[in-house]
Amino acid sequence: MVLDALIIGAGHNGLVTASYLARAGMKVAVLEKNDWIGGAAVSRELYPGFTYSNCSYVSSLFRPEIMRDLELSRYGLQILPYEGGAVFTRDGGYLGMFRDHDANRREFARFSARDAEAYDRYSRDVMQHCRFIRPLLMRTPPDPARFRPRDLAELAWIGRKVMDLPEAQIAGMIRFWTMSISDFLDEYFENPVIKGYLAVSAIIGTALGPMSPGSAYVLLHHYMGDVDGNVGAWGFARGGMGAITRALTRSLEAAGGEVRTGKAVKRVLVRQGRAIGVETEDGEQIHAARVISNMDAKRTFLRHVDEAELPAQFVRQVRRFKTRGSSGKLNIALDAAPKFTALPEGAPNLRGDLHFTDSVERMERAYDDWKSGHFSRDPFQDVMIPTMIDPTMTPPGKHFMSCFVQYAPPKIAGKDWTDADRDAFGATCIDQIETYAPGFKSLILHAEIRTPRELEAEVGLTEGNIFQGELTFDQLLFNRPVPGYAQYRAPIRDLWISGSSTHPGGGVMGAPGRNAAAEILRDARIGHQMSDAYAVI
Amino acid sequence: MRDKRLHYKTPLLQTPFHPRTSAANLHGHWAAWAGYQGATDFGDTEMEYTAVRNAVSVYDLCPMVKYEISGTQAQDYLDRLLVRSVARLPVGAVHYTVWCDDNGKVMDDGTLFRLGETEFLLCCQERHLPWLLDSAIGYDVAVREVTEDIAALSLQGPCSAQTLKAAGWDVSTLKPFRIAEVSFQDKPLRISRTGFTGDLGYEIWADPRQALALWDHLMQAGAPWGIRPIGSDALDMVRIEAGFLIAGADFVPAEQALRPDRVRSPFELGLDWLIDWEKGHFNGRRALLAERESGASEWALVGLDIAGNVSAEGAILYHGKEREAGVVTAALWSPTLKRNIALAQLRRSYLGPKSEDLWVEIYAMRELNYVKLMVPARVTQRPFFSPARRRATPPEDF
Amino acid sequence: MQSFDVAIIGGGTNGLACATRLAQAGRKVVVIEAAPEVGGGAGTVEFAPGFRVSGLAHLLHMLDPRVARGMALERHGLKLAASDLVTAVPGPAPLTMRGVFGKVQGLDPADMEAWQEMQARLTRFAGKLAPFRAMTPPRIARKAGNDMLALARAGLSIRAMGKDEFREFMRLFLINIADVLEDDLTDDRLMGLVAFDTTLGAWAGPRSPNSLLGLLNRISGGARLALPAGGMGSVASAMAEAAHAAGVVILTGQRAAAITVGGDRAVGVRLDSSEEIAAGRVISAICPRTTFARLVGPAHLDTGFLRQARGIRARGGAAKLHLALSGAPEFTGADLRARIVIAPSVDAVETAFNPVKYGEVPKSPVMEIVLPSAHEPGMAPEGQHSLSAIVQFAPYNPADPDAARAEMLANTLAVLEKHAPGIGKLILHAELLMPYDIEARYGMSGGSWHHGDLAAEQMLFLRPFAGVAQYRTPLAGLWLAGAGSHPGGGISGAPGWNAAGALLAEGGQ
Repeated sequence: MVLDALIIGAGHNGLVTASYLARAGMKVAVLEKNDWIGGAAVSRELYPGFTYSNCSYVSSLFRPEIMRDLELSRYGLQILPYEGGAVFTRDGGYLGMFRDHDANRREFARFSARDAEAYDRYSRDVMQHCRFIRPLLMRTPPDPARFRPRDLAELAWIGRKVMDLPEAQIAGMIRFWTMSISDFLDEYFENPVIKGYLAVSAIIGTALGPMSPGSAYVLLHHYMGDVDGNVGAWGFARGGMGAITRALTRSLEAAGGEVRTGKAVKRVLVRQGRAIGVETEDGEQIHAARVISNMDAKRTFLRHVDEAELPAQFVRQVRRFKTRGSSGKLNIALDAAPKFTALPEGAPNLRGDLHFTDSVERMERAYDDWKSGHFSRDPFQDVMIPTMIDPTMTPPGKHFMSCFVQYAPPKIAGKDWTDADRDAFGATCIDQIETYAPGFKSLILHAEIRTPRELEAEVGLTEGNIFQGELTFDQLLFNRPVPGYAQYRAPIRDLWISGSSTHPGGGVMGAPGRNAAAEILRDARIGHQMSDAYAVI
Repeated sequence: MRDKRLHYKTPLLQTPFHPRTSAANLHGHWAAWAGYQGATDFGDTEMEYTAVRNAVSVYDLCPMVKYEISGTQAQDYLDRLLVRSVARLPVGAVHYTVWCDDNGKVMDDGTLFRLGETEFLLCCQERHLPWLLDSAIGYDVAVREVTEDIAALSLQGPCSAQTLKAAGWDVSTLKPFRIAEVSFQDKPLRISRTGFTGDLGYEIWADPRQALALWDHLMQAGAPWGIRPIGSDALDMVRIEAGFLIAGADFVPAEQALRPDRVRSPFELGLDWLIDWEKGHFNGRRALLAERESGASEWALVGLDIAGNVSAEGAILYHGKEREAGVVTAALWSPTLKRNIALAQLRRSYLGPKSEDLWVEIYAMRELNYVKLMVPARVTQRPFFSPARRRATPPEDF
Repeated sequence: MQSFDVAIIGGGTNGLACATRLAQAGRKVVVIEAAPEVGGGAGTVEFAPGFRVSGLAHLLHMLDPRVARGMALERHGLKLAASDLVTAVPGPAPLTMRGVFGKVQGLDPADMEAWQEMQARLTRFAGKLAPFRAMTPPRIARKAGNDMLALARAGLSIRAMGKDEFREFMRLFLINIADVLEDDLTDDRLMGLVAFDTTLGAWAGPRSPNSLLGLLNRISGGARLALPAGGMGSVASAMAEAAHAAGVVILTGQRAAAITVGGDRAVGVRLDSSEEIAAGRVISAICPRTTFARLVGPAHLDTGFLRQARGIRARGGAAKLHLALSGAPEFTGADLRARIVIAPSVDAVETAFNPVKYGEVPKSPVMEIVLPSAHEPGMAPEGQHSLSAIVQFAPYNPADPDAARAEMLANTLAVLEKHAPGIGKLILHAELLMPYDIEARYGMSGGSWHHGDLAAEQMLFLRPFAGVAQYRTPLAGLWLAGAGSHPGGGISGAPGWNAAGALLAEGGQ
């Protein structure tokens, strides 16, 4: 029996698309090149008894509407909010973040009484931007170059939404989308440590520095999620990030779909301008009424589709799509919890995100290294110890530590990464932690060091870009991945894209996969109930 | 010295009176107030309310945010910050005031104490340090938060003057909104004839190191009149009767509002009488002037007299039982007035003739079922309660 | 007390353009200039005996044709020593570009084809933005009284480029120039030159997002690079002549101390001499931050407004180098009559930008060089030369300003020596103005030539910030007309001209 839909890649977006389609009654299969499912949302036991979230490591963006539509809780998914973290300062101190509003104010006041209060206005302003953008996440971007009624209607809807805001807020929003996070923070805060802490979300996964215009939007991209309505909050998936894709797989299977692992796709089969299926690396031809690629746009169109089947201008634009990787990752099994000398005994901050970059300037200098083709000598790390909260990932008393690192370039001085480069990168990161937590190294049982090279080889992310494409305005909304093709359709009939290369972009969000499913069902004229984005009313 | 990093272990501070208030707080009823632990009641809200209206009560005011503002241009600075004329506030006097953002929307209300020609104390509900500091650029003025440096008690009720007299401070000649400087155990003590109850009452401003002694002294002095500590629940009752507003409850402070339509101007809160149009520029003046000239105010803050005796807290206001006309921000069956009163934000278009047809939809939970009431409401004068003793100088002895 | 219809603070090109237009419309106008001569950033200085250069900006390429025509600048004495300069990228294999973004020679065929396509496209896009230069920026609000017809025309003309070009416009609008160049070109000389031109006068590197806008703005201002005879001061003096002819009173050597306010409106200007000038309208053509924070002050403005005014980002990133040379320098492969740009690659420009983010000096700055003495006599003693260069990037807030200046000069001369061997021995006198020197000399906050970064978040209706982008301010009677307003600086006169138009449209007296 011919499949209704064949999805390439069992990452979270591919699985979201597959599950929606299966629930709408389609016969669906997902092909995954690896022997395990999950793409970049995986839990893997790489050291006996230790589960690693070895790619993505925290969840906030994953849309609750999707969790609900696909009954992911029923299939085992639990998101655990985490507590505030800390940034350690070079003078041996730290700035903590606390969930308690008063505690957080007093903590900030240790650095600046003024900033402690300015934080409320800052949060309010960022929240205003979140409130505007959230409904856009679960809608197909309009094509401003076309005059079809649905595009015009969508443009008009967005236009009205903008014009409903007060003039000053519109101006603030346009500025926010175009300016650097460093400049934005300067408008509220005076203390460099506080600014350093708050700039973090603007550089995660991004080939931008905190002083690059456009980085403020990246911060918003990381703030617009929520945990149970708590906008901007982040959490862990119980059992590691693989719990998300595991629940998605179960949901898919329950709806009659299947995932076939160890099935790498060689090429998309195209006949008479229509995608009719795929040929796998092991020579199998699998036919389907439509093919949906969860791979990034470059990988999909430049590697797995015959160029002759694509318009030249489209191929040119796909080549221009920027996917420069900027991040690395260390996954570490620890014999015991590390002791950070700055933190008082029993402080809750270990149950959150830990950083060592105590100023925007240090962050920017780390970015300068990336620009010059080197990993950062003094890197920014977003360190998490999920096992402080999640009891399922390691034996009791042991810990899994996830270190997300900026910046690591796709190539070192124009050449491919070598193992020696990778090890030097890992040593740099571990040494940084050791500085703030003496004795840390002796706790390490095992460490996995991942550079953009490993991310590309294993997950298939071109140049190791964790967002399947950079998050700059030239690649957002109707420009993502390329102008004219932002509505999840490829230039070939029955070929679709559903990964983070599409609107609204990267992060374990699921929205691209959901939106792609909506478009596919729309074209197939199959009615199916899908939740719209929950607005912040 | 305490390790400052460990503040997170006590996210709510305790006021200097805590040893006494916690001993009196029989049920351990506390709520967070501006980063402090504040009593909601001391076991019997009704009796606490009665103490305010009948005899004398003590309320711990320490959590109120206080800013000391001083410098040669402090008056100019405050005149530009606040809507009311500071130049007309004499030394030794207090007034109620509000301040606005650039759009003329209220950021907060508070009381301004003029302690000297160039020295002021601004007391309010919310924190405003960045705004106060940014407003100070270009002025010879220093702004300092002094919340923790002052222990404040509110002594309210018909017998509060007698209590003070018994405590050794005869303030019978002190007029409303005036400040007296006295001494307590050889240290200066400040008493202002101010309060949030609409009754005769005083606020006492002390050195925190004297807090416990002061408490004991007042409790002893007031014992003949049955002085008792009150919590925020009783205070809320009397302030509604007095028609006073609370930032965050009756209006959203402009800098906190996430939704652009939630902010309110002084016109919309019935506070435009505070504005001094003649004093020159003040923050938000141009926007307010435009609002006055165009009549663009959309809301009105009104007092309501509601049929029946079920409190209308949080209820929606309707015109003709159908069209939403506003929302009740505070409500109470007034034990003193024997009226069902409320403060409400009402769309301005329903003032005037249309106000004859206002209704309040009340959902009263009774034994796990909502009793849904649609009852008529009438716009009425505020304050609901304003006894002569509030203003009489000297106050009478009862 | 003297009384005028309009008092304009700042006798730079924008102040003079604004004054002339108003005077031509019958207003009685006075211009108040702190310096002994008008011109502001458009001046000619004798930095060493007999050696003259343009003190700040040294090329004329954005002069608004409405201004040139309306002020009849040619009739009032403006002459050009060169009207269409060629840019030369020095080196063993030289490359040249005509005008602002014109014909390039020295490329291999593959690059040439890609370049021609890019050049045509960007020129077309810039052309679509050009009409906005002459417009009062719209307000983004309902019923804001915008010129909907003009806006619709401008918007439709962008759409009328066709679907694909319109899409490309939307994609490129906020992109960085480095990506655009590296996508299609391989020639470092050309990419370095365009990267340099894009970021000239900006506080941004070629890899900074939104940087392409800087290039489009530059192209939209005009196609030719001209050198005014006698230096930029002659632009100012022609403008002053035009202003005089229109009846404008110009007071030089008079610094405005304050804008006087009465009845909640600006009613005049108080000078440093404490003399007061009464005026129905006050227009500030100096930088907006100074205007609001210092000349008006907090007593008449709101806190939120002043937060925005103080928040105007004005980070000068350019230094100005003046050299008195005992003879003609020899640039490898470049004519002395060319505009010489030393910016060997995109990365060279980016690397020169990196240190200024931290208040440090770049090891190898990039620069634009003009030798006015190669074009006309009188700019240097016979047989000798004066060299004027804009050197990027220079920090505006180094820890030690004097040390930074010395280091910047040494690094700049080292780069020059590499491209013009032997030049060091010719130097009789060297002057380097860092951004803070420029701030001190010309009164521009942060040493920003544009009175505020010309960056996406400070352009059009956000310039200098929302609420005052239409030239009028919340203080009745006070208007803005300087480079800090739309469309920004660059010796165009456009902000001044636009402001005058907006004021006249309002029916102002």
